[in-house]
Amino acid sequence: MQADIAVEMRNISKNFGSIKANENMNFNVRYGEVHALLGENGAGKSTLMNMLSGIYSPDSGSIFVHGKEVRFMSPKEPIQMGIGMIHQHFKLIDIYTALENIILGEKGSFFINKQEISKEIKGISDQFGLGIQQNKKVYDMSVGEKQTLEIIKVLFRGAKILILDEPTAVLTPQEIKKLFEIVNNMKAAGCAVIIITHKLNEVMEISDRVTVLRKGQSIMTYETSQTTMKELTEKMVGKSIDLSIKRAETKGNVEILKVDHLTVVNKEKINALKDVSFNLKSGEILGVAGIAGSGQKELCETIAGLCTAQKGKIIFQGDNILGKSPRAIIRLGIRMGFIPEDRLGMGLVASMDIVHNIILKDYQGQKGIFLKRKHIIKKAENIVKRLDINTPGIYHPVRKLSGGNIQKVLLGREIDSNPKVLITAYPVRGLDIGASFKIYDLLNEQKRNGVGVLFIGEDLDILIDLCDRIMVLCDGSVTGIVNTKEASKEDIGLLMAGEYKVQ
Amino acid sequence: MLKIIKRDDLSKRQILKVRITAIVLAIVFSGLFIAILGYNPFKVFYNMFLGAIGTKIRIEQTLTIAIPLVITSLGILVAFKMKFWNIGGEGQILMGGFAASYAALNFDFLPKPILLLTMGIFAIVGGGVWAFIPAFFKIRFGTNETIFTLMMNYIAIKWITYLQFGPWRDPNAMGFPKIPMFTSNAILPKLLGVHIGWIVALIMTALIYVFMNHTKKGYEIAVVGESIDTAKYAGMNIKVVVVFAMIVSGGLCGLAGMIQASGVERTLAVSLSGGYGFTAIITTWLSGLSAPLVLLTSFAFAIMIQGGNFIQTALQIPQSAADMIQGMILFFVLGSEFFIQYKVQINKRSQVAGDRNE
Repeated sequence: MQADIAVEMRNISKNFGSIKANENMNFNVRYGEVHALLGENGAGKSTLMNMLSGIYSPDSGSIFVHGKEVRFMSPKEPIQMGIGMIHQHFKLIDIYTALENIILGEKGSFFINKQEISKEIKGISDQFGLGIQQNKKVYDMSVGEKQTLEIIKVLFRGAKILILDEPTAVLTPQEIKKLFEIVNNMKAAGCAVIIITHKLNEVMEISDRVTVLRKGQSIMTYETSQTTMKELTEKMVGKSIDLSIKRAETKGNVEILKVDHLTVVNKEKINALKDVSFNLKSGEILGVAGIAGSGQKELCETIAGLCTAQKGKIIFQGDNILGKSPRAIIRLGIRMGFIPEDRLGMGLVASMDIVHNIILKDYQGQKGIFLKRKHIIKKAENIVKRLDINTPGIYHPVRKLSGGNIQKVLLGREIDSNPKVLITAYPVRGLDIGASFKIYDLLNEQKRNGVGVLFIGEDLDILIDLCDRIMVLCDGSVTGIVNTKEASKEDIGLLMAGEYKVQ
Repeated sequence: MLKIIKRDDLSKRQILKVRITAIVLAIVFSGLFIAILGYNPFKVFYNMFLGAIGTKIRIEQTLTIAIPLVITSLGILVAFKMKFWNIGGEGQILMGGFAASYAALNFDFLPKPILLLTMGIFAIVGGGVWAFIPAFFKIRFGTNETIFTLMMNYIAIKWITYLQFGPWRDPNAMGFPKIPMFTSNAILPKLLGVHIGWIVALIMTALIYVFMNHTKKGYEIAVVGESIDTAKYAGMNIKVVVVFAMIVSGGLCGLAGMIQASGVERTLAVSLSGGYGFTAIITTWLSGLSAPLVLLTSFAFAIMIQGGNFIQTALQIPQSAADMIQGMILFFVLGSEFFIQYKVQINKRSQVAGDRNE
């Protein structure tokens, strides 16, 4: 075994019930290296790393840290051995300051010398280029700052081996750049850095080596410089696929939805949308970009009638539908499809079968007190066939389908009602690449049919490729609406951070 | 170290296996318990069985217990399907019985069929109103329905007690605090040896089956139970659904109260509900919220109750011992739900290799 190897994981297997999350996985990382773990959702990246950070224990296989075999029984032991994980969902206490969050649960002594610790943190910050205000409360911090704080926390505990779980998912392009600088500093300081990701361009940009995972197996480890994005994609998906979006071009578009000075205060009494105005035309896909939690959820739900607004108007083909319940909207004969973010918790009834999920949008219009299923059964069969849904049958509970098929059931139902407007919130989240592109194709097909599509997205590259225009939300306000043929990713990034406005 | 692992979905057959194991274990352990008390467990179980279905009269008695259990269970089923934890079956039975008794005592001049029908309607309204109250507070103020319905039971009990000692006290009972007996036209007729409540129970089972599986409202109740967000998304009026379901739920419990008052007690008394409101929670749960299976679980529990009563007199076994057996069965059957979802593995605890050198 080479001396500079920080962690070696051999033949790791982990099952959850009959699901093989990890099967004979092999992986190692050296000091002074950035190693990317690349794979689609469900490939087993997080499971593998959770075993390294002591959250799960493997069913079989062995882990070596600094060349010694270890068997972690709790998350405490990896920390003692210098392994630190920065989770996708931050584990910080909102009402504490940065300093207090770092001190929390730290180094045994009863008395805490704040000054000393503060100095030590300053030293770490300077070394790695982590700008942070120690006395700032967490609730005042941006997502980027919170992430920086998490990194400092881990470094302060003496971590030499850092695991970053999808660190860029919530950041703007500018923040990503800064994060990568920090990662490079850590690498220069001799740390071993593992980055979990499913974004190819990031792998190419930051990593020295990359291990591709697919369906719970470690497929291959490459020197990043010796491979291409195309090769990585093929290994990741298991077959070669066409990664281009077939964009539909449409003409003669008219405005069908107009949102006018919309202001919404959400359940937490936070001003989620501030004076939002935009319009949506038939035959276009309007993208909505923004850091998670910038008001996207409230925007969708307000248009769908699930959220009440304080001010403003939502004009659907000339009628103001703001303040109308979903029931009233259906009764008015307004054809609007909505794919909510929480598919199983809001869009579908998880334990019911496909037929009873298709009927959800249909039964209101049925006459009498009885539920009529006959035509729905036919409809369900059609949707399964048309969208190529992989299911044992139309009486199979949707909960037991895969993520992509669940989404197809939902999308299939919404498209089936011939909507004029289709609102989709993160429609490809959690889907594998193949399924994602199938969804993009379906949205383009809707666009060609003259439907106005509102597409809430995460991945800026996809937003630019798929949409005609992109509206950028920052903290509930529209910071700009740009034409994708003219705008660059960097422009959108700055708008997401609220750093400048388009006239 | 013990490790608890979530299972995959078991097949129906495997679930049945777990449940049967649970019942066998329950019988073994209650047998052990009976043996410790100094009785022969085989004899006791044999007598329980015999006491419940040994003779025609005993079967009739068992059925008399099963009737209110079935109807109350159906009521609970409707609420549980919506994940509205209606623990107030007892109170709803009593208030249904109260409303029916009001009709029985005041309109005794009516011909029998009309009086019985009136009593039934009054009972459904009485139970329905009693269930509407917690439903209203739930949708209006978000109160916890479990506590609320439970507390409503005690109010109902005290209300009946008050009537019994106060305004409704029978002047001809020679000072004994009881409510007057119903006149004969307020008493349910018998068919095949059992009061016709059994026909009502069968009809209600069929109605609730159709209601839950083939009507729009039944579908809405199931969707609301699964996810309020989905229900809102689909444009359902949650408040209407909750109130409607609870009135049906309470109405059925109330009807059980009328049947008990008219068919069994022939008057209104606190003993009317006889714990059926609580037992029905168990029978409903064990039925897996299926109306036809409610018939089965209710009958099984009726056998247990009737058998328990019988061994008290036949073998001089104290009442609490019979209750223990019931409790044991419940413990194992409900406990087995855990093993349907999880399995337990024994894990060897090993040392952290690197720890020692530090």
